[in-house]
Amino acid sequence: MRGKRKLITLWRVIHTGLVNFIRNLSLAIAAMAIMVVTLTIVLFSIIVNYTFSHTISQITNKIDVSVYLKNRVTQSQTDKLISEIKAQPNVQTVQYLSKAQALAEYESQNSSNQQLLQAVNETSNPIPATIIIKPRNLNNLSSIKNFLSEPSISALQTDPPSYSGQEKEAIDRITHATNVLQEIGVVAVIIFAVVSVLIIFNTIQMAIFNRRDEIQIMRLLGAGTWYIRGPFIVESIVYGLLSAIISILIINASFQASSGTLQASSLGLLDIGYANSFFDNRFLLLLTIQLSLGIVIGAVSSLIATRRYLKFKTK
Amino acid sequence: MILLDRVSKTYSRGSKPSLDRISLHVDPKEFVIVVGQSGAGKTTLLRLLTREERQTSGKIIVGGIDYDKLKDREIPLLRRKIGVVFQDFKLLPNKTIFENVAYALEMVGMGNKEIRNTVPKVLDIVNLIGKEDSMPMQLSGGEKQRVAIARAIVRQPRILIADEPTGNLDPKHAWDVIKILEKINRFGTTVLLTTHNQDIVNRLKRRVVTLKDGKIISDRANAGYKI
Ligand SMILES: Nc1ncnc2c1ncn2[C@@H]1O[C@H](COP(=O)(O)OP(=O)(O)OP(=O)(O)O)[C@@H](O)[C@H]1O
Ligand SMILES: [Mg+2]
Repeated sequence: MRGKRKLITLWRVIHTGLVNFIRNLSLAIAAMAIMVVTLTIVLFSIIVNYTFSHTISQITNKIDVSVYLKNRVTQSQTDKLISEIKAQPNVQTVQYLSKAQALAEYESQNSSNQQLLQAVNETSNPIPATIIIKPRNLNNLSSIKNFLSEPSISALQTDPPSYSGQEKEAIDRITHATNVLQEIGVVAVIIFAVVSVLIIFNTIQMAIFNRRDEIQIMRLLGAGTWYIRGPFIVESIVYGLLSAIISILIINASFQASSGTLQASSLGLLDIGYANSFFDNRFLLLLTIQLSLGIVIGAVSSLIATRRYLKFKTK
Repeated sequence: MILLDRVSKTYSRGSKPSLDRISLHVDPKEFVIVVGQSGAGKTTLLRLLTREERQTSGKIIVGGIDYDKLKDREIPLLRRKIGVVFQDFKLLPNKTIFENVAYALEMVGMGNKEIRNTVPKVLDIVNLIGKEDSMPMQLSGGEKQRVAIARAIVRQPRILIADEPTGNLDPKHAWDVIKILEKINRFGTTVLLTTHNQDIVNRLKRRVVTLKDGKIISDRANAGYKI
């Protein structure tokens, strides 16, 4: 019986909140607009962040250091060198390609360039045996570099080692972009979240002000604090939920718009294909995050507003 | 049921007290009329009982509850036990007549079905059948007054406070309202009524408490009007 009464009361609070939301729609729109911006930024930041780290890890896997050995290097010297390289701190894997294997690799990589292949095949295999080192941490190649340039080691090499430098640059750019975006994202989210809270706070405060006579009457009739306060909180939670859904729709629409036009162009570093699939695969999780954020922003601002302006006071 | 011991109320510091050391004892099921000129402090007295205002000094005990020990969160519970007909009605402007009366029941968690059963009965008592869907704005002063009464009695309170419930009514309707109050009183509710209406006071032959400048100048059973 008591439980049922509580349930009825809870439902009434929610119902009143929804009715008030519709009644206040014009006031609510400003609050929701800013909340939509906030939540869209949050969602965008999450997606970009994941896409970038995906891109980085992809490129990272491709980066390696190639050591080219002179023809006169013996097998035992090679084995010794490999084990020495393996002992280096920043080395993840070491792969050895004999002259023949290196040639095969070279041929398969340049299979489209017949002239080049012919030139290579006419002479007796000019491709040196190669040791391919995959570093653990790309930002700390210097220890490997130093080791490979020791005189006794470099004496074994035909050319200085190649560092696939271009890709390292790409990684640096993406890492930099990620860091900058994270910083901008965090700052923007904080600013917009604060602004959202302030505007919702203001909206609820206004709604309380508009209904102050009504609220006073409800109090005199014996309505409990939560019976009065609850609908305001429900109302602003509705702002949050709707804003979350709108932000999801906005991102979804922009993926749809960009799938044709932007694919490989203007965003350059951003792998839109991956971003889109991330959005699709993690849709439920992202939706949950957005909805929870919306609820929290809405609830917090109205809790503060109602606490301040609906405080039970008797003179 | 109601006990006031040397209760004073001064609205703003320095001004003269609106109630000045009032002592009053009302038994359960009693019917008490409070009379007095405009500004005598009648509404102020009622506001103290509903805890709309706090007494400046003195002791108030209603239904065993000592108002000095009342916590803020207990005030709603207190108010639900007291039915009040406000001098200015205090109807909710955005709700229909039905909803206005139902509101008093909704907040205590009564189910919709029971509410749909109860409200028409009370509207019938105050003769407002057919006005359920009107808004307060569309009603005459007397009709609003009767809505206020319906709302005050719908929870069957132990105490009913009626501040000038006949103020806007012609003698016939005024007497109808008084008869409703008497009926409720017969069912066991303590009634506290304020009025200016000499005729009513004379016909009711009940206990009359007379206020003047915030003081009780007389308190007599079966009294007639005399200021
Ligand atoms: N909220 C208030 N703030 C300051 N003074 C007030 C307030 N309410 C009432 N007063 C003053 O207290 C005194 C008593 O007022 P009260 O409303 O109790 O009179 P009343 O007997 O109900 O009069 P009426 O018959 O006109 O309703 C008056 O002098 C009034 O000016
Ligand atoms: Mg008055």
